[in-house]
Amino acid sequence: MTIDLKTVKHISKLSRISLDEEKAKKLETDLNSIFKWIEQLNELKTENIEPLSSIVETKLRLRKDEIKSKNIREEILKNSPDENKDFFVVPKVVE
Amino acid sequence: MSKIIDLSLSELVSNIKNKKISSNEATSAYVERSKKSKSLNAYNEETFDSALKKSTEFDLKPDFNKQLPGVPIAVKDLFCTKNVKTTASSKILNNFIPTYESTVTQNLWSSGSILLGKLNCDEFAMGSSNETSYFGNVISPIDKDLVPGGSSGGSASALAAKLTPATIGTDTGGSIRQPASFTGTVGLKPTYGSCSRYGIVAFASSLDQAGPMTKNVKDAALLLEVMSSFDNKDSTSVDFKRPMYSKDLSKNIKGKKIGIPKEYRVDGMSEEIEKLWDDGKNYLKDCGAEIVDVSLPHTKFALPTYYIVAPAEASSNLARYDGVKYGFRTEGDNLIDMYEKTRSAGFGDEVKRRIMIGTYVLSSGYYDAYYLKAQKVRRLIKNDFNNIFQKVDAILTPSTPSSAFKIGEKSNDPVSMYLNDIFTVPVNLAGLPGISIPAGLDKKGYPLGLQIIGKSFDEQNILNIAYSMEDKINFKFNLKEWWMND
Repeated sequence: MTIDLKTVKHISKLSRISLDEEKAKKLETDLNSIFKWIEQLNELKTENIEPLSSIVETKLRLRKDEIKSKNIREEILKNSPDENKDFFVVPKVVE
Repeated sequence: MSKIIDLSLSELVSNIKNKKISSNEATSAYVERSKKSKSLNAYNEETFDSALKKSTEFDLKPDFNKQLPGVPIAVKDLFCTKNVKTTASSKILNNFIPTYESTVTQNLWSSGSILLGKLNCDEFAMGSSNETSYFGNVISPIDKDLVPGGSSGGSASALAAKLTPATIGTDTGGSIRQPASFTGTVGLKPTYGSCSRYGIVAFASSLDQAGPMTKNVKDAALLLEVMSSFDNKDSTSVDFKRPMYSKDLSKNIKGKKIGIPKEYRVDGMSEEIEKLWDDGKNYLKDCGAEIVDVSLPHTKFALPTYYIVAPAEASSNLARYDGVKYGFRTEGDNLIDMYEKTRSAGFGDEVKRRIMIGTYVLSSGYYDAYYLKAQKVRRLIKNDFNNIFQKVDAILTPSTPSSAFKIGEKSNDPVSMYLNDIFTVPVNLAGLPGISIPAGLDKKGYPLGLQIIGKSFDEQNILNIAYSMEDKINFKFNLKEWWMND
């Protein structure tokens, strides 16, 4: 299977990464060579194999739903890229 | 007495405990040398002044019961350090100052050690040569123009150049063991679940593990002892009784069965690596261990599996960098435009490539063909290891298919760069512990490493094997201090 330029642009949209034409073409080449190499997995029959999603195959621990950190509003907002320190500020979303 | 910077971590600790060296003397020695070694580009952030201040405070009220009393240490810039800039070597985190501390670094400070600075690495730990860092290549002290390996390249370079008595890295596909191998140092990737991932900038959550990088095996045991802890803040942290690795270290490996997997004899493997591996087997026999030929039939599928699983997890983990809550932002015409421009300008090419691969394999219509397939193959790879660990106690392999390469040599060909991790990646996929120890030099005089892989949570065993081999190998590298300026 090959990945065409249209697909590259679609993935870039899904990834929320804007690409210029030159970068998109370079990625088309790179992704095709990487996926051509990945295709070798198709040599293996895996119909009855259980997928492995985590190496620690135990149930996740439960804990009480308690508040442990209090009054950390300032800390949370400290690294906000916008200068407003009361809220996270984004471009206008609703007209 | 030898110079402070020539001491191993364990030797430095005992000298401090015996009051032969003060914390301030040790810290000053490393600060001074680090200042003369800027050409290696090993540090992203230097905390020399605060380190010197803390060392003086330690000397005024020393606590010699701690495991690392007043010991200065520089760490990979992937560990969040409270009030100290943490960038993951990315432009997108260029101004990020964490308001919390990672569990692993907290364990270091609680044991008495002092932060020297944050070490350069590949951007978000994605790379095998430290060439993807936003802050530029790290140079290996081994030779000019040589990569230190990656992604913990700054850590390896700083350790080999004696800018820190020991360091810590993270290993998702070989990022501790490969740079250790390239720089003639020891690197250990613990079992998944041994060291907490809390506060480590996430790359691929089912594969990431922090581990020690040290001058010798004993130091690795000591540092692992400090780093490893059960942590409620990491949902995959495993609650098991942690041994006192350094105290229990032993050179008695008589009767241990060591597997030699035939699939690791890859096409085009150089004679030097073959010989290194053979020498390794002989050293083990000399120690009374038994060599057993084994098979890990799915080995060749490990890398392609990794390059689905790791980017998939990365694309999900890196979705948080959107220019809203922290990090770098580029303004845009609207919210989506702001996201897209921020991420385009904030991430480097390799990171973008991996986010794109991950997004593609998780996208509608391709999920089963790629991601689910890779998870199934991952099971087969894990089963391979389970099977042979019925018969052997550990496995011996080369750490890398070659010695360190030149800067720029592989950076235009992603697949050839990825192939560098062929011997280390299967260990991460199976969640096992692995240690790389320096084992010889190639024709060019560059270090080569051997890797010992163990059963889950059997770090003590692979440390013992490495400790025994280290003695026989007696690795020496004549470090010429060509990079130092006065």
